[in-house]
Amino acid sequence: MAHATTNAPETHKGPKLPVLEREKLILNGRSYHWITDRICGVLENKQPAIWWMLFIPSAIIALIGVVGGLTILVSTGVGVWGMTNTVFWGWDITNFVFWIGIGHAGTLISAILFLTRQNWRTSINRAAEAMTIFAVMCAGIFPAFHVGRVWFAWFLAPVPNANAVWQNFKSPLLWDVFAVSTYFTISLIFWYLGMVPDLATIRDRCKPGLRKLLYGIFSIGWRGGNRQWSHYEMAYLLLAALSTPLVLSVHSVVSFDFATSVVPGWHTTIFPPYFVAGAIFGGFAMVLTIMIPARFIYGLQDMITMKHIDNMAKIILLTGTIVGYAYLMELFVAFYSGAQYEAAAFKYRLVGPYWWAYLAMMSCNVLSPQIFWFKWARENLWVVMGVCMCVNVGMWFERFVIIVTTLARMFLPGDWAYYKASPVEIMLFVGTIGMFLALFLLFLRFLPCINIAEVKWTLPESDPHFDDIHDHPDHGVVKEAAYQQELAQAKH
Amino acid sequence: MSTTRKRVYGYLAEFKSASSLYKAAEKVRDAGFKKWDCYSPYPIHGLDGAMGMKRSILPWFVFFGGMTGTFTGFFLASATQTNVWSWVPGLAKAIETYPTIVQAKPTNIFTVPAFFPIMFELTILFSGFTVLFGLLALMKLPRLNHPLFASNQFHRATDDGFFIAVEARDAKFSPEATRSFLEGIGGTSIELVEEEDS
Repeated sequence: MAHATTNAPETHKGPKLPVLEREKLILNGRSYHWITDRICGVLENKQPAIWWMLFIPSAIIALIGVVGGLTILVSTGVGVWGMTNTVFWGWDITNFVFWIGIGHAGTLISAILFLTRQNWRTSINRAAEAMTIFAVMCAGIFPAFHVGRVWFAWFLAPVPNANAVWQNFKSPLLWDVFAVSTYFTISLIFWYLGMVPDLATIRDRCKPGLRKLLYGIFSIGWRGGNRQWSHYEMAYLLLAALSTPLVLSVHSVVSFDFATSVVPGWHTTIFPPYFVAGAIFGGFAMVLTIMIPARFIYGLQDMITMKHIDNMAKIILLTGTIVGYAYLMELFVAFYSGAQYEAAAFKYRLVGPYWWAYLAMMSCNVLSPQIFWFKWARENLWVVMGVCMCVNVGMWFERFVIIVTTLARMFLPGDWAYYKASPVEIMLFVGTIGMFLALFLLFLRFLPCINIAEVKWTLPESDPHFDDIHDHPDHGVVKEAAYQQELAQAKH
Repeated sequence: MSTTRKRVYGYLAEFKSASSLYKAAEKVRDAGFKKWDCYSPYPIHGLDGAMGMKRSILPWFVFFGGMTGTFTGFFLASATQTNVWSWVPGLAKAIETYPTIVQAKPTNIFTVPAFFPIMFELTILFSGFTVLFGLLALMKLPRLNHPLFASNQFHRATDDGFFIAVEARDAKFSPEATRSFLEGIGGTSIELVEEEDS
């Protein structure tokens, strides 16, 4: 782009070189202290009325939905879910896959964007990681309780039990147990370690008292010495490198639950990449859904800038298009393969009694993000919020389509059924939404919602050579030109 | 009874920016100090070199932690479901091996690919825990109190302050010379930090 380029003055050593200026990640030349103040202010100041207006209903919904729903479920049995002998997975596994998917954006932002040196991640990674933790907590409820007698859920753990039978380690369902629990543990470690320096910042701002003691304990005596930072940065790099294959594996393993079965509509090799792309897609939409209002309420616009939103919208566009490609390829292969059961399963999805779910999935996930091709759409927050809402809904429908429409038409016509969710299932799903929001609001209230240390690190003056360049009249251009020339000569 | 003696921890000097901290660190390194550290609100790129520090050894711990995870996963799955370990006397009885013949998969070594996801996840899990505990050990944390916390300017190290602390237990430390040395390399508001001796 022409306007982003400044022409360097002619130097005696080398040719005229264009220096590409990067868009600033933190606007209005904010100082370190301003950043500390603004982020810590979110949790130090009295919460705005809107916080209470959101928190109280969310907490009530969570209590009624999750606590109430689970009480009914456990005291009566899984029969209170609208599942039948044929449609044995309904909203429960739909919700599980939905929430697990939401979590993936957090790890993508914190790990993959870290490895690829995308510095814009620093403003959003903390909140996205928090979202991962809470989403996985919501997700965990469903598989844990769908086993029926939840007090036997420990049979999932690889410990010798009274029946002297070990788990079937060849089963994707057990792989899922390992993948999801590892994912939760590693995400928690990553999130917590990333927060230690910021907790120390809050500790150092507190007056002596209980609050200081608690932040002091959780910041484990962090001092910010370089002998700590050096190991810390290595740990962060290692965790990012470990989380990257992990996040790709988690949703792949979730997709194996379906793909390794011989059920038409599930038994496809496209599932792992398609699930991973969908998870990142849905997760980014959720990050934006939450961060756009939070940034407005707490005045974080200088740190979460339009540039961040623009980048995230582009990722939604990219992954949404990948998901669209997967949908179409799935359809194409179903009909092209000549496998009649596969073709029948997809025909049923398109024109069967669940056509409305398929239509919702297609229009929300594939069509709605296409508006992000236009710059004005990425710059209009109402449009961005609208698309993100569509994507949230669409991704839920995607899982519903995959799970329910497939199970409702298996091989035997005698098994065919029409599944409808029961009130308890709906209660539980709405409850997890309340739980997710309530946990996120508590996170905003008690923990630093933006990574203070990393945001400071992205400021230009954080470069140890900033003064050398900045105090120089030509802003380092001569040095750069000489370096470029040396580089060109070295190549010859 | 109640008299507390104070012991000198060292000097704390403030620097105005990351650049000046970086340059000062090079000078402290070249002066031959060993027990000192730079404090900053964020990690400064290249400061390890300026301080003459070696690369962190954490990856080695994590490599062996991860390998332990891989073998744990392999052993857990193979010992309980295959006859791979049948040559170990008494093992089958001890862990109640129960070769599970499902999905038409054999109970010998050729069924191992089905264990890869478990092996992978445990590799990551064990590596993650090694990162956490290895890091804490290398940073010598948790340590809730530290002499530097007694300083009344040190709280700015987590906000916008850049500091160098030279410890008194360094062989080259001397009350006067170190102070003037820190002044000479651009340090301001130099403070003698003391800890209470018990």
